[in-house]
Amino acid sequence: MTKAALSGLKILEYAQFVSGPYCAKLLADMGAEVIKIEPPLLGDCARRREPFLDDVPGLEHSGFFLFFNTSKLGITLDPATATGREIFLKLVSDCDVLIEDNPPLFMKEHGFDYESLRSINPHLIMTSITPFGQSGPYCDYKAYHLNTYHGSGVARVLSSILPKETPVPVKGPGFLGDFDAGLCAATATMAALYGRLFSGEGQHIDISKQEALMALERVEIGMYGNEGETKFSTVFMQQMMGGLQRCKDGYVLITLGGDHHWEGLLKLLGNPSWAQDERYQGELGKYKYAQEINKHIAEWIKDYTKEELYHRCQKLNCPIGMVTTVADLAASKQLEARGFFGEVEHPVMGKVKCPTAAYHFSETPHSFHRPAPTLGEHNEEVFADRLGYSREELGRMREAGVI
Amino acid sequence: MSESKPPRLLLEGVRIADFTWAWAGPFATELLAFLGAEVIKIESARRPDHARIRSLTLGLSTRHLDNSPVFNDLNLNKMSLALDLTKPKAVDIAKKLIAASDVVTENYRPGVMAKLGLGYEILKSIKPDIVMLSSSALGAEGPESGYAGFAPTFAALGGAAHLTGYPDKRPVPLMGSSDLRSASTSAFAILVALYHRARTGEGQYIDLSSTETIAINISDSIIDYMMNGRVAMRKGNRDESLAPHNVYPCKNDRWVSIVVATDEEWRSFCRATGNELWADDERFRDAHSRWLNQDELDKLIGEWTINYTHYEAMELLQKAGVAAVAALQGVELYSDPHLKERKVSVEVVHPNVGKRIALGPPWKFSATPARVKSCGPLLGEHTDHVLGQILGMSQNEIAALRDEGVLT
Repeated sequence: MTKAALSGLKILEYAQFVSGPYCAKLLADMGAEVIKIEPPLLGDCARRREPFLDDVPGLEHSGFFLFFNTSKLGITLDPATATGREIFLKLVSDCDVLIEDNPPLFMKEHGFDYESLRSINPHLIMTSITPFGQSGPYCDYKAYHLNTYHGSGVARVLSSILPKETPVPVKGPGFLGDFDAGLCAATATMAALYGRLFSGEGQHIDISKQEALMALERVEIGMYGNEGETKFSTVFMQQMMGGLQRCKDGYVLITLGGDHHWEGLLKLLGNPSWAQDERYQGELGKYKYAQEINKHIAEWIKDYTKEELYHRCQKLNCPIGMVTTVADLAASKQLEARGFFGEVEHPVMGKVKCPTAAYHFSETPHSFHRPAPTLGEHNEEVFADRLGYSREELGRMREAGVI
Repeated sequence: MSESKPPRLLLEGVRIADFTWAWAGPFATELLAFLGAEVIKIESARRPDHARIRSLTLGLSTRHLDNSPVFNDLNLNKMSLALDLTKPKAVDIAKKLIAASDVVTENYRPGVMAKLGLGYEILKSIKPDIVMLSSSALGAEGPESGYAGFAPTFAALGGAAHLTGYPDKRPVPLMGSSDLRSASTSAFAILVALYHRARTGEGQYIDLSSTETIAINISDSIIDYMMNGRVAMRKGNRDESLAPHNVYPCKNDRWVSIVVATDEEWRSFCRATGNELWADDERFRDAHSRWLNQDELDKLIGEWTINYTHYEAMELLQKAGVAAVAALQGVELYSDPHLKERKVSVEVVHPNVGKRIALGPPWKFSATPARVKSCGPLLGEHTDHVLGQILGMSQNEIAALRDEGVLT
């Protein structure tokens, strides 16, 4: 077995769907032991989310659930019941980190707020991930991914860049903002764990999904704060040189960061005479006449495929990117060479090809330490072997809907 | 710990020699600097960080290297050491600094650090437990490792652009946030490596692909392709199975997002909007029929929302237990009562530019808060401090190096 960076860390996850589970998964794949709590019978709602193996829904068929829960142990438990609460508190008292995504009001009402939990585990790090954070007038508002995405203002940043394209604010792909919140929470959790090595102190981490997203457009949002709406929007209307361009079989994205990129592009275009136009010389000229220049570029590239343009242009030192579909990603030689697609061996779904991670660690590599758990797969191991409940008690608890 | 002593910062005592530039690298070390790490940015006027000069969307932001709003926003809490790394003496100084550091970060094209004599193997021989992170467009290995890109390139290559926007319109390349996603991933990876090092004494090298930091976020669509051969397409604000699931027009050219996930929420929605007949309408009776008839449904809902401001619609529907949130934009993010109470922005004073507003750290820690301490550094502002205080060089030595043009 390879060395793992986070081996020995004990994490309890009381969360569902994307953000909380993704936060815990990032740590689990680096070696932390994560015990995931799911509602009895129903399981994490991600189990009911496509993609399903062969498009057949089923609690153990969701590729969506699988991705967010690799390397974890899974138990079923309802901490809102009296016995469930007792077990939950036992698990909390023996973990380093609790990751949770429940409404702040719910946690308080059940005595699961940080102050209460700290009294049974003084070194506890508790990471709470909610749509609007633990305080403020919206803290108990209901919000799904679409709501927090648009509540963060990041979609409007895009609209102002591309006013004609998207008159209506539009969200990013899939559950992008929920991934962002999960990563943001994992970073904070790691920082708290690092600090605890020296101070011995635990703490409560408050992650607002809205703010996690805002952080990713901090430059643009800062511009609004400093320059105001009108002034900033006019600056933004400026067309980017190159930008998104249609080609024979899709789109490419051209970014020109300086003269050397511009020269690379011109080489690709066969050093056309229009580029000698005096108005286009110098950096300012290129920004000023970006629209005209773009017309010339568009005219030339429309006859080439995105793959051709991507490789030829990159080899000339000009950073073109092609707009990829998931099929392009699956066929990418680069991603394959880096081992971006790994394999999870799942007891019901069999071998599933699955993205691994964007980072390669030389000493403690990312790894799927186990597949995602089936519903309640580790109940016996956790409740009987670790907490000492008897098999009979487990049976009774199951009937009572506790586990 | 005594009462009077301020809490120890989470990354107190961690020193980072930061060779990154543009957006993706600097935001990673800014996040670590918010947490208390001492970040020393190594840069040169000979080839300045282009965030000091220009931005893809803003054009030429400023003619003065120290006044760029982009650079200053992405380099809070850092120090700047001016070193012209084309000069051997500058490389020697960089090595001395690395020997006194815990982390090295860089985002040049793969191979550039090695060419400067600062590749991982050399750094490891200088400082055996160093944590080094290289972040590049496509990673340091593989057939496309030499390729370059900026934020929109990563969104395009990572599959996010294709899935953003409307199916009958062009893809949308997300812009700056892709760099900051890459940066957030770098910060996480560095913290994992630091944790491992603190427990074992072992450093390591991390090779990060910005394109993959984007692709990981569409893993569900990737797995759908792997499992079922389906090639996902962008679908605006809509969902695979839920409806209503969209943004709807409100007064004053504003929008509100509304999501109904259960039949119970649907009945509440109908009651709250005074459209109780919709609840029994067979077009909208259950989740599947609502999804099939969402064009009609979206139109009807839009005819209701347009009578309200986005805040009114949010309040009214939230009271009924329906997930409706005002789509905020631009300056509203600074006047919104929730964000105001959460104190998301701070004021930063810069010697040339004066007062600027910036977003604070994205996390709230109960015991050891992250914080904004200082403005983006002037180019070379801390050269004397770093060489004198950290590397123990005399004023004469520093003056001589300056005369030789090493410190520019």
